Amino acid sequence: MKLRVDYKASLRLVGTVLKYLAVPLCFPLVVALYYGESVIPFVVTMAVTVLVGMGLERLAEDPDIGAREGFLMVAATWFAVTLVGAIPFLIEAHGVPFVMAALHPESTLGNPANALFETMSGFTTTGATVLGDISFESHSRSIMMWRQLTQWLGGMGIVVLAVAILPELSVGGAQLMDAEAPGPGIEKLTPRIAETARALWGAYLGLTVLEIVLLYGLHVTGNAPNMDVYNAIAHGLTTMPTGGFSPEARSIEAFSAAAQWVIVPFMVAAGTNFALFWHVLTGDPKRLVRDTEFKSYLGIIGVISAILAGVLFLGDGLASAAPAAGTFDQTYLETVQTAIVGNVEPSLRQSIFQVVSIVTTTGYASMDFNAWSAPTQYGLLFAMFIGGSAGSTGGAIKIVRWYVILKSLRRELFTTAHPEAIRPVRLAGRAVDERAIRGIYAFTLLYLVMFFVSTGLLHLDAARIGFELSVLESMSAVAATLGNVGPGFGVVGPMGSYLDFSNSSKLWMVLLMWMGRLEILPVFVLFTPEYWRR
Amino acid sequence: MHIRAGSRTERYDRGWSNVRVIIVGAGQVGSSIAADLDATHDVVVVDCDPERVDELNYSLDVLAIHGNGTAVETLEEAGIEQADMVIASTDDDETNIVVCATAKAVSSAFTIARVKNTEYLRTWQHSEKAFGVDFMVCTNLLAAESIVRVVGLPAARDVDPFAGGKVQMAEFEIDEESPVADQTVSEADRFDSLTFAAILRDGAVTIPRGDTVIRPGDRVVVIGSPQSVQGFATTISPEEAPGTAEEVVIVGGSEIGYHVARLLEERGFKPRLLEQDSERARELAEELPNTIVMESDATDIDFLEREYIGDADLLVSALDSDEKNLLVSLLAARLGVERTVAVIDTTPYVELFEAVGVDVGVSPREVVAEEITRFTREGGAENVALIESDKAEVLEIEVDTNSVLSGKPIRESVAALPKGVVIGAITRNREFVTPRGDTVIEPGDHVVVFADSSVVGDVAPKL
Repeated sequence: MKLRVDYKASLRLVGTVLKYLAVPLCFPLVVALYYGESVIPFVVTMAVTVLVGMGLERLAEDPDIGAREGFLMVAATWFAVTLVGAIPFLIEAHGVPFVMAALHPESTLGNPANALFETMSGFTTTGATVLGDISFESHSRSIMMWRQLTQWLGGMGIVVLAVAILPELSVGGAQLMDAEAPGPGIEKLTPRIAETARALWGAYLGLTVLEIVLLYGLHVTGNAPNMDVYNAIAHGLTTMPTGGFSPEARSIEAFSAAAQWVIVPFMVAAGTNFALFWHVLTGDPKRLVRDTEFKSYLGIIGVISAILAGVLFLGDGLASAAPAAGTFDQTYLETVQTAIVGNVEPSLRQSIFQVVSIVTTTGYASMDFNAWSAPTQYGLLFAMFIGGSAGSTGGAIKIVRWYVILKSLRRELFTTAHPEAIRPVRLAGRAVDERAIRGIYAFTLLYLVMFFVSTGLLHLDAARIGFELSVLESMSAVAATLGNVGPGFGVVGPMGSYLDFSNSSKLWMVLLMWMGRLEILPVFVLFTPEYWRR
Repeated sequence: MHIRAGSRTERYDRGWSNVRVIIVGAGQVGSSIAADLDATHDVVVVDCDPERVDELNYSLDVLAIHGNGTAVETLEEAGIEQADMVIASTDDDETNIVVCATAKAVSSAFTIARVKNTEYLRTWQHSEKAFGVDFMVCTNLLAAESIVRVVGLPAARDVDPFAGGKVQMAEFEIDEESPVADQTVSEADRFDSLTFAAILRDGAVTIPRGDTVIRPGDRVVVIGSPQSVQGFATTISPEEAPGTAEEVVIVGGSEIGYHVARLLEERGFKPRLLEQDSERARELAEELPNTIVMESDATDIDFLEREYIGDADLLVSALDSDEKNLLVSLLAARLGVERTVAVIDTTPYVELFEAVGVDVGVSPREVVAEEITRFTREGGAENVALIESDKAEVLEIEVDTNSVLSGKPIRESVAALPKGVVIGAITRNREFVTPRGDTVIEPGDHVVVFADSSVVGDVAPKL
């Protein structure tokens, strides 16, 4: 069979990206030096990634990237960085023969499936974890910082970053960014695609730095005692990519109310189309308030938060009693009950924080929402499918797709009554191309099919190994990994982990996260024979 | 002196890195200009077809915008305020002119319009900057010039027209069999209106004198009237270059066909032109005194045989459709015509047609795209030909009273200039004037100057 895809050209560019992955690896290395921890996990990984990268670069001289090669390059890049990114975790748990003894042999990341899961969850900004014990006793600070950094790298996109700084990617750049960027299609902001990529990364970097400064400012002014430099950086690195990893076992519950309030606007910003920030900075701030998707996005967050805040305030939003074996006990339930019920600020804060975190697919939690009542939990499950805006760092289906779907459904109803009517679907006054609408339907349908099929598979696999899993738990696990949200309900709740799943389930969820981040099609198409043949 | 349509130095100062070019119309011409420029310029393309816009956004490193290029809002969206150049390249002449006028009204960008109709070109040449167009390229005229160059000067490596075609500069490679090999320049120069500007030997530029010997392998740059360049081409390789006695048949009295006939007439040929429509044939016959116009269908075999078209040395097929041009060319080749040239509208067909038997395919769209690209790259200076990648430059200048050339015989003014400068040709009131030592240059003359790169900076201000 003759392949119709120039896979060598794609892999060559993957090699270039891998080679440059050594640069961000310097950051945890510096952290390790600062805390007097071993640098070997990072030095070895840097050597591996540079050597493999240079090896792949020899595959092709002058790569010519078409649409097919673009899909392959992007999908392969994400898989390759995940493989490389898992190396520090494995080294920490197993050591390097003749060089270094295992630093934390008890680490759950010693299992390759777990290491792969954690890294994919990092790069895809999912935030689902398989760490059994989230503490600096079982993991070094530098390794934990690497875990945070994978999310930051994945947030605005590894390929977008590569397009921004590598001139050799400028020609096929638009194609590559389209395969990676969230949402249907990309918006070119400048004549040169590299400039567009730089503008997006610039806005992303700026907001990240701003958040770190503000969080540390709270610490300095005494408003967040445990938000030290390490935590400020760690959370800055995972808020803007809508990541959700936290080096604290209790996630954001570990921090003061002030810190929680500061994080909320940054999660909202992370779920916004970054092109809008560019327009604001280049002197067209009206674009932000005129944007249909941005308005719907704020509207949805506002409505769901208001409802949940009301329910929490009245006391109907919390579970009536703690389960016999669960992630929280009766004492915790009683504490949150006294804190929230009948109190305006806590009910508002808890509902807004959780809703923003889930809608933007960040995955932080300011409380264990397993303690919420079943109806409110279903509300959050529903929110997992909404997703952020196109061109944001968020996952899931995205506001703009829902908007177009609802509008085109309304059109179907209208044309049922008036068969002759021609009504283009409009987005901010501009007619949406019919092919784009078809693409949106196909994506959403595929997303839902993946959701249902995977829920069934996870449930069966759990039954196989005798792991008790409720339907809500397995549904939330799939919705949280496919949508790159992170935490689900029950065992996979915000204070829980995915550790108890079987290796096969974990690998399936690695695939779901990979697909979810690249919006399914670039990965799915690789599994069709038509892609490889004519 | 001033360099017309100039601001060459100004554009160099701005640097090349961020020259912003707006191209209106993303058809074959617009897209191919965009593809040629996207690596060196910031290119924004405007087109009214959303699918084409989509495609361009992905295939090229340009920003493509959907909209009407004649609307100010669209041009503003394309960033007209920061634009250095606007290229109007839609398929409609009037649209292109309106685009340029609109762009001129709201910005100071340099405007380039592509037109088919030569009337517009004439109006524009008559009063420069008419319509707000800074540079106008006429598809039909360029295509005709390209055909004439292809067929007229086979030994020339590179031919550049100056002063509206009244002056040509051509570069010839001299091989061993050439009669001028091992002759001195004064022996080889048998033409009144021809100047030997330079000899390129082993990568170095020499300014020849009367006793300089031309060696085989040299490349000779000459400047002169089209007839004299043609004559020189015949002298250096009598076998290859068509003499004016050769028979040329043009099929189709389209704009392109007409201009080919007219340009060949200027070079002393007496072509035959076949046109089917009687009214058009009559019109052409009136316009072209030295052309035999025949009213007939070019696929009528009886007619072709009766007129011995098969004995022609060259047939140019310039009918309206590509298919007809292919048919006529193949038919002509079968009848025994030595070389066939076909006008091909759809650029991608050129290769295919040449593969099946057309000797040379000329695509007007490709020619015009090349011209606009060349012009844009050079930054808007009029006809600055660069020889041998920057070793020498040829400038076309209009002499004003401040110039050292003005009012003096050439012998005196050249003495005041550094070595390495040659006055190649002069046109006065659109007529060719042969530069001799005693020729006095008057203000208003157009002078083509050949200068070594090392002295160009010193010379340019003095002229």
